[in-house]
Amino acid sequence: MKTIKTPGVLKAVASAVGGVPVMHNKNTADKATVRMPAPERAVIAMLQHIGAPCVPTVKPGDIVGVGQVVGDSERIVSAPVHASISGKVASVGEITLPNGVVTRAVTIESDGEMRLFEGITPPAVRNKDDLIKALRASGLVGLGGAGFPTHVKLNIPPAKKVTTLIINAAECEPYITTDYRECVENARDLLSGVFTVKELLGLENAIIAIEDNKPKAFEILRNTAAAEFGSKSGVKLMALKSRYPQGAEKVLIRSATGKSVPPGKLPADVGCVVMNACSVAFVARYLETGKPLVSRTLTVDGSAIADPKNVRVPIGTKIADVLAFCGGFKEEPFKILMGGPMMGLALADTELPILKQNNAILAFAGGTLRTKRERDCIRCGRCAFVCPMNLVPTKIMNLAKAKDAEKLENCPAEVCMECGSCAYACPSGIPLVQYLRLAKTLKTEAGDNS
Amino acid sequence: MTKETKMTVSASPHIRSASTTTGIMLDVIVALIPALIVAVVIFGYRVLAVCGVTVGTAMLSEYIARKVMKRPGTLGDLSAVVTGLILAFNLPVSIPLWMAAIGSVVAIIVVKQFFGGIGQNFVNPALMGRIVLFVSFPSAMTNWVKALSWKTDAVTAASPLAVINNMFSNGDIAGAGEPGLPTLADMFFGVREGCLGEISAFALIMGGLYLLVRRVIHPAIPVTYIGTVAVFMLIAGKGSLTFTAYQIMGGGLLLGAIFMATDYATSPMNLKGKIVFGIGCGLLTAVIRLFGSMPEGVSFSIIIMNILSPHIERITSPKPFGADKDNGKKRTGKPRRRRARRYEKLEFKIPADACRRSVRGLPCLDVPSGVHQQHHGAENRAAGEGQRAGGPPRAAARSERLQETRSAAKRRNLRIL
Repeated sequence: MKTIKTPGVLKAVASAVGGVPVMHNKNTADKATVRMPAPERAVIAMLQHIGAPCVPTVKPGDIVGVGQVVGDSERIVSAPVHASISGKVASVGEITLPNGVVTRAVTIESDGEMRLFEGITPPAVRNKDDLIKALRASGLVGLGGAGFPTHVKLNIPPAKKVTTLIINAAECEPYITTDYRECVENARDLLSGVFTVKELLGLENAIIAIEDNKPKAFEILRNTAAAEFGSKSGVKLMALKSRYPQGAEKVLIRSATGKSVPPGKLPADVGCVVMNACSVAFVARYLETGKPLVSRTLTVDGSAIADPKNVRVPIGTKIADVLAFCGGFKEEPFKILMGGPMMGLALADTELPILKQNNAILAFAGGTLRTKRERDCIRCGRCAFVCPMNLVPTKIMNLAKAKDAEKLENCPAEVCMECGSCAYACPSGIPLVQYLRLAKTLKTEAGDNS
Repeated sequence: MTKETKMTVSASPHIRSASTTTGIMLDVIVALIPALIVAVVIFGYRVLAVCGVTVGTAMLSEYIARKVMKRPGTLGDLSAVVTGLILAFNLPVSIPLWMAAIGSVVAIIVVKQFFGGIGQNFVNPALMGRIVLFVSFPSAMTNWVKALSWKTDAVTAASPLAVINNMFSNGDIAGAGEPGLPTLADMFFGVREGCLGEISAFALIMGGLYLLVRRVIHPAIPVTYIGTVAVFMLIAGKGSLTFTAYQIMGGGLLLGAIFMATDYATSPMNLKGKIVFGIGCGLLTAVIRLFGSMPEGVSFSIIIMNILSPHIERITSPKPFGADKDNGKKRTGKPRRRRARRYEKLEFKIPADACRRSVRGLPCLDVPSGVHQQHHGAENRAAGEGQRAGGPPRAAARSERLQETRSAAKRRNLRIL
């Protein structure tokens, strides 16, 4: 396998594009993933992806096995959900997800056996169509956080000439180490997944992109590739400059290939497709075993957690159970986050279930997260300087505050991916992401009204 | 988790950088200290009195203004201290203290708070304060005390820049060793006449480097500003490096370029804008110095560029990621060509009797003028025969056909020229 470094020019471009040098805080990097025992009950939400929610296919009283479909949808942009523990369906109700969306959910009471569903067999995959079908059945969504159904992402129309598969193992969010552990522990799965996807989709090359603060992952991947896969061509390892948000899709593509995805376009438009490291490793495991996406690795960390660790949990486990498994709180938590500190959602309720796309649960004690009093903008321009999308957040904020629909029409607020670099850098402590979201909402509303 | 917990729910990001407004202002104050020390050495303890008055008045004005406007107090961000200090740096040491106080009041209340406080002022408050004083009390504002004369008997002298520029207007290019001019080394370390904070190039550059290292300011504005003045002066001075050096270190150029032109609120945010801003400041300064009636032009040129700053920013604002020039060309090229082809396809559907003139409010299509004359001739004849009210049958039919074409085009989402 060829190892390539980000060319100097691209590095310069990447740093010119913006971003912020956040603290890495990868405290759990050396903690091997621990498998969490079956919880008493699991709540399988019907919406664990971007797209249409699933409809429950089981009713209360049904006996289900691990990997049995409990919710599916007819729609294309959707992914089925599976029972993550074996037992009896206790109820089919509604829950409010951390982002405020209300969706239906199937609650399963465990029989403690973790019995596999009988129908599970490895799928026979010979070509791209087989792969897409298999991926749909597996329920795989982007495990990096966005949760976009993988079978939709990889079903690239032939008109778009995609040549490069980029594996996102950048993991630029502080604290989170799930992708890193995947590279270290399951390097073989990851590489085999990369080869499979690349071959079946007929892509020319694949790049595994890792931030340069994880040399161990780099080394293990290189050694595994040499030992197990020989000199298969077309797969490259790339070290990226450690700078948040290096792992954001558009930034990653720019860093890895030098191409910029224009606003409103997809990576496929510049010949790339990006997959998360955990997702691609899951592809390999699924093709081997046929066991759908029923568990995932989480980083549980933060100043309030007694015993931070990487833990593999059945999807649908209550967050409170996961926290209890990690020793509970050593201090009163002030904020509990689902996801990283830059883009994660603050939780109000730990009774919510783990979703497919969650990659971390972080809990912070009061006083350990720096807070700033919101002051007036001093126009220092730091927000614009760090914005990876080249926006001027403070200007968009002013338009949003003024509810100036006319000027918002011409401002590219929707390009914002809410990476939080601007609000992080702001010396006046302005919650710029919040204002940008407001701007986007105002824009959509104005568009709907006209 | 049986116990009820009180958790904070807020929008991401949940971590923040260490930089704060107060920290930035504190950095600026630290960067001004070397120049302050030099000023005390050269002009005596009265420097501290002037600074004390401007800073004190600035803070008091800020406090009162915020109280009266019933807005949250902003003394804690230290921006009033910075404004007061920079204003003091722009005054001669001999200024009556009450005048200095007036400058601060104008800067903080009129220029800053009347426009909404920090970040909202459209010109640099300290500079505007200085200009108001300069226009109101011209003699007090140009009363330069001779360097190091404070211990014995304070005497006044002409500022080096005035000497150089007077000679320039008489057709002489000043060199080192001219009578009435300090040596270049004296200029560099600050043994010269001038406003109390502008005298030492060395101290100001040290302060500037500190701000650069702390990333409080971006190098673009100081570099382009000073660079533009240098280039201009080299040309005007017929290549004389000494003349250029006097011009750069003389007057308030370094103080202005490093501490005032870089003011966040009144300079463009993006890099391109900063460069345009810096060059503009430089050109104006050079022109005012050499061809204006005043020996110094830094304040006026920065104020003028401050006013232009929003326009510069609008013109130079960056394009969002991926929408920059190269990508734009590739993207917009194709659809344009496709649209052109659609028009071509549409052409043969145009009715043969379509013409240039409008029929019942609908614009006619473009066809050879022969057709036009033929049909409008018929229309005119019909009008002459008094059948206009009902509309001539041929014209009506034509308009119907046109309507059809248009609606067909509309259905297919095409536009007719």
